[in-house]
Parts: sequence; C-alpha cells; structure tokens
Amino acid sequence: MKILIVEDEAEMLQNMKLSLERELFLVETASDYAQALDKIGIYDYDCIILDISLPDGNGLELLKMLKGKGIPDGVIMVSAKDSLDDKLLGLHLGADDYLPKPFHMAELNARVKAVLRRRKIQGAPKLEWENLMVSMEDHTVLIDHKEVDLNRKEFDVLLYLLLNKDRLVSKTALAEHVWGDHIDQADSFDFIYSQIKNLRKKLDLYKADVEIKAVYGIGYKLIAR
Amino acid sequence: MKLLNRTTTYFAIPMLLVLGIWTVLFYHNMLDEIYDSMDDGLENQKLLVIQKAKNTPEILNTPLFEDGYYTIKPIAAIPSGQVVDTYRDTLMYMQNERDFEPVRLLETVFQINGSHYKLKLITSMVEEDDLVEDLLYSILWLYLGLLAVLLILNNIVLKKIWDPFYTLLSRLADFRLEKDRGIDPIRSNIDEFVQLNTEVQKLVQLSVSSYTGQKQFIENASHELQTPLAISINKLELLAESGVGERAMESISSVLDNLERLVRLNRSLLLLSKIGNRNYLEETSIDFGELTKRLMVDFKDMAVHKKIEVHLKEEAKLQHSMNGDLANVLLTNLLINALVHGRERTTLMITISNKKMELANFGTEGALAADGLFERFQKTGRGAHSTGLGLAIAKAVADRYGIGLQYHFTDRHLFTLHFP
Repeated sequence: MKILIVEDEAEMLQNMKLSLERELFLVETASDYAQALDKIGIYDYDCIILDISLPDGNGLELLKMLKGKGIPDGVIMVSAKDSLDDKLLGLHLGADDYLPKPFHMAELNARVKAVLRRRKIQGAPKLEWENLMVSMEDHTVLIDHKEVDLNRKEFDVLLYLLLNKDRLVSKTALAEHVWGDHIDQADSFDFIYSQIKNLRKKLDLYKADVEIKAVYGIGYKLIAR
Repeated sequence: MKLLNRTTTYFAIPMLLVLGIWTVLFYHNMLDEIYDSMDDGLENQKLLVIQKAKNTPEILNTPLFEDGYYTIKPIAAIPSGQVVDTYRDTLMYMQNERDFEPVRLLETVFQINGSHYKLKLITSMVEEDDLVEDLLYSILWLYLGLLAVLLILNNIVLKKIWDPFYTLLSRLADFRLEKDRGIDPIRSNIDEFVQLNTEVQKLVQLSVSSYTGQKQFIENASHELQTPLAISINKLELLAESGVGERAMESISSVLDNLERLVRLNRSLLLLSKIGNRNYLEETSIDFGELTKRLMVDFKDMAVHKKIEVHLKEEAKLQHSMNGDLANVLLTNLLINALVHGRERTTLMITISNKKMELANFGTEGALAADGLFERFQKTGRGAHSTGLGLAIAKAVADRYGIGLQYHFTDRHLFTLHFP
C-alpha cells in the first residue's frame, strides 16, 4: 500500500509519515505543490493525504487537476482551517474525506484505512486479527466464529481499537471518534471507562486472544495475548 | 421629555409674559381711544345744547335731566377766565339697569344774555370691569389658541424637520455591532444633520472595522495555533508508543491533557467567532423534541457514568427555523453543562412546551451568580478542564436567532430557552 503525504510543515509531515509507517504502509512525502505534482505524475498511490494550504499553491487545485486527469487515487484533505466551504468543495471535487487539524494519529490511521478499504475491496469488508473477526457491513463481531453480543458503542470502540491494533489510542481520540465531535466539550472522558470495562468482560467471556490494555491514563491499546 | 414638547414648554412661558404686557398696554390704549371719542361726542352735544338753549330759553332751567342727558342750572357769574370744560367719570342711577352705572360727565359754563349757566352733559360709558373681563377671556382664548397652534406646528413642521434625526436615532438604536456592517445614511439638506450623519457614519465604520479586525485576529490566531498543536499532540502520541518509562508516561499524559484542553479552547473560540461572523447561514426547521432525543442517545453514556437520570417531557411540538449545526451546538452545550455540573444520582428534567424549553438539574447548592454566567471564560469552581466557553457559545447561538436564554434557581438550576 503506497501513500503520499503532501504537507508543508516538516514536523507535521514527519509525524504522519512515522505513524503510517508503523502501520507498515509505504510512505512518500512532498512538501510543496510542485513536488507533489511531480510525484503524482510518476507514481500511482493508493491514498494521498493532501494539505489544502501549500506555500506555492492550493491543495484544492491539485485535487481538481488530479481528478480532472482521472487519477483514481484516494484523497484525504487535511486543513488547519476548519472551513465548511473547503470541506464541501473538496468532497465535491472528489476527495474521499476531510480531516481538520489538529487530529490524532489514531484518527488518521482509521481514515486512511477506511479510504483504502473503499478503494480496494469490493463486497463486505471484514477485519480479522487472531481469533477476532469484525464485519463492518453487518456490524457483527465473531470470536472463534461465535457471535458476540455488543451494543453500538461497544462495537465502535472495538472497531476503532482494531483499526489501530497494537497502537496507542488516546482517550480523546476514542471519545471523538465514537461519541462524536461535540463530546469534546465534556470536561472528562471517564465515561469511556465503563464501556471499556464491559467490552473487556465480553472479550474474556468469549475467550478472545486479544485484550484491551490501559496505557497510563493516556488511553488504550488492543494487543494480542 | 421629547424635544418637540420641550420647545413648546419653553415657548409657553415667555408667550404668557408677552401676551400679559401686551394686554395691559392694549387695554390702556383702547380706553384712551374710547374716552377720546366720548369726550368729542360730549363737546359736540354741548354746542348743540347751547344752540338749543338760545332758541328755547325754557330749557335753561332743567336741573334734573328732564331731557335725559343734560342739566342746566343758572349760576352766579364767574370770571370768564375760569370757564373750562371739565370731563370726569361719575356714577348715575340707571332706570333700565336698576343700578348705579358709570357715566362720562362734561361740566361747563356758558353765558346767555348776560346770565351764566352751568351745563352738565352725560353719556353712558363702557363698564370697565366688563371690559377687563372680556379682554381677559379673549386673551386667554388667544393664548390657548396660540399654544394649540404651536403644538400642532411642532408636531407637523418640527417633526418633519427633525425627521432625519429621529430616523438616525432609531437606526442607531437598532444597530448591532455583532451583525450589522454599518448603518444606512440619512437624507437631509440641513447642515447639522448632514454633519451628524457623517460623524455617526465615521464612528460606526470605525467600530465595525475594529470589531471585525479583532474577530479576524482571533480567527487567524486560532487557525495558526492548529498546526503547532497538531504537531505537539502527534509527537507525544508517537513518543508514548515508543516505550518510555512509567514516570515519563505520566508526564506525557499530563501534557497531552493540557494540549487537548488548548485544542478545545481554540475550537470553542473559533466557533464563537464563526457564530458572530454570519457563517452557518443555511436554515431548516428544527424539531427540538427530535433533536433532544437524538442528543440524549449521544450523551447516554456520559449520563449513565454520572448516574444522572435524564427525562424528557414533551408537552408540545417545538419547532424553530435555524441552522442545524447551530441548533446542535446550542442544545449540546446546555446538555453538557447540565451533565458536567449535575450532582451524581440526581435527575435532569428536560421540558419542552409551546415556545419554551427548560433544562432543570440539581447541581451545587444555591443559585449561581446570574450576571456574567453567560460571559466568556466564566468558570465555576468545578470542572478545571472545562473551557468556560460552553454557556457563552449557547448564548451566542440563542442571541443570533432571537431566542431568550435565561437562568433561574428554585430548588434546582433552571436554564430556559424562550422562542420568539
């Protein structure tokens, strides 16, 4: 899986590259419009992460050109300016997703995987790890082929952790992803803990080979036993 | 007191004075003229009577007004140098009025055939008290008439003249810095109003530009903060994954918490600025009952965690036309406020009735200070991680759609939305 990150902030670029490489993606980078143009011309990418504001051009222009030429790469727009207009325009021009800065690495991973899934796999996408199998289409979780009874939120939490398996998922990232953007007004995410507790019980009950590990007050990690 | 009425008051007092003085002068003038004309008449009659006496000597002895208007009495001779006509006012009994009435009397002396006679001639005259009374009444009516004319003129002419002023005044009163770009100029060819208009326009433009400048600054600052915040948070997330020790993890956790607080603060500021900036223009009819039910599902886990029971009582359908995202923001912030500050093991009662929505929760004992509650960065002791912007955001949304947002305290905290 080859990914291109177009981002002018060197540190931002470095972070994204590092995080995606930990997911074993092949990551290339471009730090301005011209470089991006060159790379897109030469290689095919499965997913392009595109910052809207570039020093020598607008990411939206690049997107327009890309889609105009019929290049099928998946595109995730990234912007520091959380603008509804940019988002709508970007999606209209054919971008797959829009991610306002700042975002969590876990969220970036999840979004990239969602785009790749939409692009590559036809039919019902399934995620498998150890004896765990999650079907995203009919929202079911099977452990050793036995269906686990999960409510909607528990399913979302498990799926998000699975998309970021072996990676640290911060409480905020999890809360924002599962409970929605507006939850971030809340002053504590303690309520997540009760969901995690229930989920752990069910994973134990069905003897899953994976477990949710708490990481020092920062968040959680789904690991293989 | 209105400007128009004030001028009338100022006119009324001097006018009374001027009219008073004028009345006194007029009265004396008129009286003079009347006496003059009466005295002329009497002199003429004197000549006629003397003429008559020469032809009919029998009237030379009529001492008791036998002929109605004169008496003649023979008198001893007097030095001719003393013969003067004297006019004076006196009283005489009038048969018709059955009363003593003032009369004008001419006393003179004349000579016929060497004998002297005293002649008294009378003519009835104006009754002064009647005259004064009549005059007073006329003046009073004149005064009232003038006042009425003045009032009417004020209300028609002055109103017309001052119309641009009042127009400007009402536009200024309606002017809202947060939403208006400026105020419409007034049309007038009166120099003072033209100048007033120019100065007001200048002032308003200055206010608007400094206000938008400030908002722009907040927005730009917030945007500029996003990237460094993103870099810092992501770096820490990556660092936390790379197996540092427990002590370091604690520090990372704390730094992350604070950075995320900064992110929330930044987002809230941006949202506030956007609400003011007339973003979110698209409006649909929002069913507040439906929206509340949806949000109750979203916040169920949070409520369960705090052991707060949320009840919705929908007495009537409540719909209002507004932007969907902002309706969401409004209710979300009120709900979060109630849940965050609500005491554990209590209830949150949401009542939706006609044109009204009320959230009642048990929180701290006693009322919160109502003034400043909806101000930015107003924090109560609890919730060190809250941004202090939640209620300010709710208020900004409510204000934008003319919805009243009020706080009361009975035995619980009541936040009420009054829809127009």
